[in-house]
Amino acid sequence: MDMNQYLSMFIDESNDHLQSLNESMMGLEANPEDLSIVQVIFRSAHTLKGMAATMGFEDLASLTHQMENVLDLVRNNKLRMQDFIFDTLFKSLDALESMVEDITGGGEGKADVSAIVASLQAIVRGEIPTAAGGAAAEVAAGATAEAPVFLDEFQYSVLEQSLQEGHKVLYVDVAIRKDCQLKAVRAYMVFDLLERSGEVVKSFPSVQDIEQEKFDHSFSLYYITQKEASEIQAMILNLSEIDKVTAVALDQESLHQMGQDTVAAAAEAPAPVKEATPVSNASPASAAHAKEEAGKPAPARTGGAPSRTIRVDIERLDVLMNLFSELLIDRVRLEQLASEVQNADLTETVEHMGRVSGDLQNIVMKLRMVPVDTVFNRFPRMVRDLAKSLDKKIDLVVTGAETELDRTVIDEIGDPLVHLLRNAVDHGVEGIQERLAAGKSDTGTVNLRAFHSGNHVFIEIEDDGAGINPQKILQSAIKKGILSQEQASNYSDDEAIQLLFAPGFSTAEVISDVSGRGVGLDVVKSKITSLGGNVVVYSTQGKGTNFSVQLPLTLSIIAAMLVRLGSEKYAIPLSSIVETGIVKQTQIRSIHGNKMVEFRNSHIPLVSLSKLFSVPDYDESTEEETEIVVVRKGERLVALAVQDFIGQNEIVIKNLGKYLPEVQGISGATILGDGQVALIIDPNAFIK
Amino acid sequence: MAEDIKVIVFKLGTEEYGIEVEKVQTIERMMPITRVPKTYSFIKGVINLRGVVIPVIDLRGRFGIEEAEHTDQTRIIIVSVNEMEVGFIVDSANDVIDLNQDAIDTPPDVVGGIKAKYLDGVAKIGEDRLLIMLNLSEVLNKNEIVQLESLEG
Repeated sequence: MDMNQYLSMFIDESNDHLQSLNESMMGLEANPEDLSIVQVIFRSAHTLKGMAATMGFEDLASLTHQMENVLDLVRNNKLRMQDFIFDTLFKSLDALESMVEDITGGGEGKADVSAIVASLQAIVRGEIPTAAGGAAAEVAAGATAEAPVFLDEFQYSVLEQSLQEGHKVLYVDVAIRKDCQLKAVRAYMVFDLLERSGEVVKSFPSVQDIEQEKFDHSFSLYYITQKEASEIQAMILNLSEIDKVTAVALDQESLHQMGQDTVAAAAEAPAPVKEATPVSNASPASAAHAKEEAGKPAPARTGGAPSRTIRVDIERLDVLMNLFSELLIDRVRLEQLASEVQNADLTETVEHMGRVSGDLQNIVMKLRMVPVDTVFNRFPRMVRDLAKSLDKKIDLVVTGAETELDRTVIDEIGDPLVHLLRNAVDHGVEGIQERLAAGKSDTGTVNLRAFHSGNHVFIEIEDDGAGINPQKILQSAIKKGILSQEQASNYSDDEAIQLLFAPGFSTAEVISDVSGRGVGLDVVKSKITSLGGNVVVYSTQGKGTNFSVQLPLTLSIIAAMLVRLGSEKYAIPLSSIVETGIVKQTQIRSIHGNKMVEFRNSHIPLVSLSKLFSVPDYDESTEEETEIVVVRKGERLVALAVQDFIGQNEIVIKNLGKYLPEVQGISGATILGDGQVALIIDPNAFIK
Repeated sequence: MAEDIKVIVFKLGTEEYGIEVEKVQTIERMMPITRVPKTYSFIKGVINLRGVVIPVIDLRGRFGIEEAEHTDQTRIIIVSVNEMEVGFIVDSANDVIDLNQDAIDTPPDVVGGIKAKYLDGVAKIGEDRLLIMLNLSEVLNKNEIVQLESLEG
């Protein structure tokens, strides 16, 4: 069988599972007694193992198998989670990740994991001191034995499916105080509360009976939710006049067991079932109705359910975009024709089409938007590991992970963020002793924030560490020869801190001088700038540091200035344009053979685009006056001579194809409204 | 007997050339070409093919034959090789033929001025028709061009 067609699906799903494994493990580490998390981890690992085995990646499958053995002991309460087990499992995850990466790169997913396997096996053999016990499992065992609520086949399959989809299925038993006056009202409040964060699939007695107070002082129910059993338990207990609540998370097996019990019970004795529902005027019709009610909402609108999405190949979206831009070109032509023909009906139709295609364009663009979550989700694990290896205590607080960015930006932004986060953990947050000495809590906080603002997304990395000392930065800049003593004295504190991004600042000796800030930050800066974004740093000594990254929403559409050079049109990205203007031939001077023009009291080079690009039908030197576009790269400015400004436009960036990957001075192309291709000028190329 | 393959036939001057039909995406009439500065002279620029920007090469220029004026017959053949999409400007393209692979001979040492490495073979069709099969990966190989340019320059 040809497995290739399944390979990309396998890789995607494996990455998903690895991600959720990582997240769950972090959750478990924060809350080691919560066996329901172990269940989640076990299931994920189990699925991964199955997938790997099917695809023939034996090493992957066998490593997951060893992990499963350990997890199995934990969930059956024969083993207690502890540091060594966590570390080993995390190491296993890393190994799995690199295997999947290898497969992604076309490899076989082979790796030497004998050391990890040995550790895992040692754990299984019990060569790590273990302590028995754990209340949660006892409760689970108890619940399985009780199973007083009978499920029909339909309800059972609903529950089973919810489990498979990653929801939690809880069995909840609520006892209302004996002295409660309006127990139906209490029960209603419980149901109301539960409905807010999930779905009640089946209750005993039935909802109608409870409403009519036809129940004793307790009732039980099956419940689908995303929340933890303990959370639900606490929520219900918060209501008054509730005596006792037990909420138990069920897994596939215990559910199966309960289902079987139910079927058996139903087959053997239909009578007790009837007895159990005292006022049983349950006609087939009403039973069917109840089923419908119970089953219908669960898949449709479960609170906090994973979003209903499909995976789409990014290339197909590109095709969609291309087809769409063709449609836009036709629209422009139609609009021209309509204005010539002057037919009211035609004009109206074309206008309507214009509106529809505008909406369509928005939707097509939105399809490419991805939440930053996809980048952020690997950071908690990274910060955990870093903090551990540095012997620091650090809380990473992530907010705004749902903020959306274009896929093209998402793909590029990961590395710079990793760099900044490392910086914050390594150099920003102080060690435990220093923190205590400074009168802070021993745990440092690193905030990772994303939010929208106008046409930009901001991502901020803020730590509550020692902050940056501007004087130290100035001193080391002087030492490095970046600044003279004289220049340095003119720098404000804020300007001094921005020097961190200066090229040449990132050498090893500087690290110790300025408490390590400045490691390769120029690289981060240039990467972000190349994405059309910006990064600044704010710091208060003793309070902490904030790196704020500003990014464009999308890379595929930019605002540009269209200019004309003879019969040719070019686009210059607006983000790098400082100003446009006109200079007279007499204002152009020659300095060392280079043409310069005066711009705001300084002389900047004048680049002749027509000469550089050998434009056949234009040469600005024959004109008395010439239009210039002043562009910027960092602090440096250059004036580009053009013939005319056509105007400002939003353009869709296209690459020149694989055959022409790099052309000097050209960063890509765009298709204009008339279907013509215009080249996009890369202003950086003119500034050395 | 080896299998039959379908071949798109086009002309440069008096010579007839063939490209396997699977490698050809479409054949287009001449369309506006946007010049790309700072590239090889035989790269005529880029076109907008239904929303995709594709570079076009003058095959005459690529093979070192004198370039000709474009006529009504001039076509752009869009080929796709190794995930590269490129358009070839040719004098005309108006035939698709079935060719038995056995009919293709290895190229002779010298054929009409074109370097033998660009050729996959020569097929004889009918009595006096010779079809030159192109080796597209070599035609699109840029490493070799760099060498060529530096030798000439």
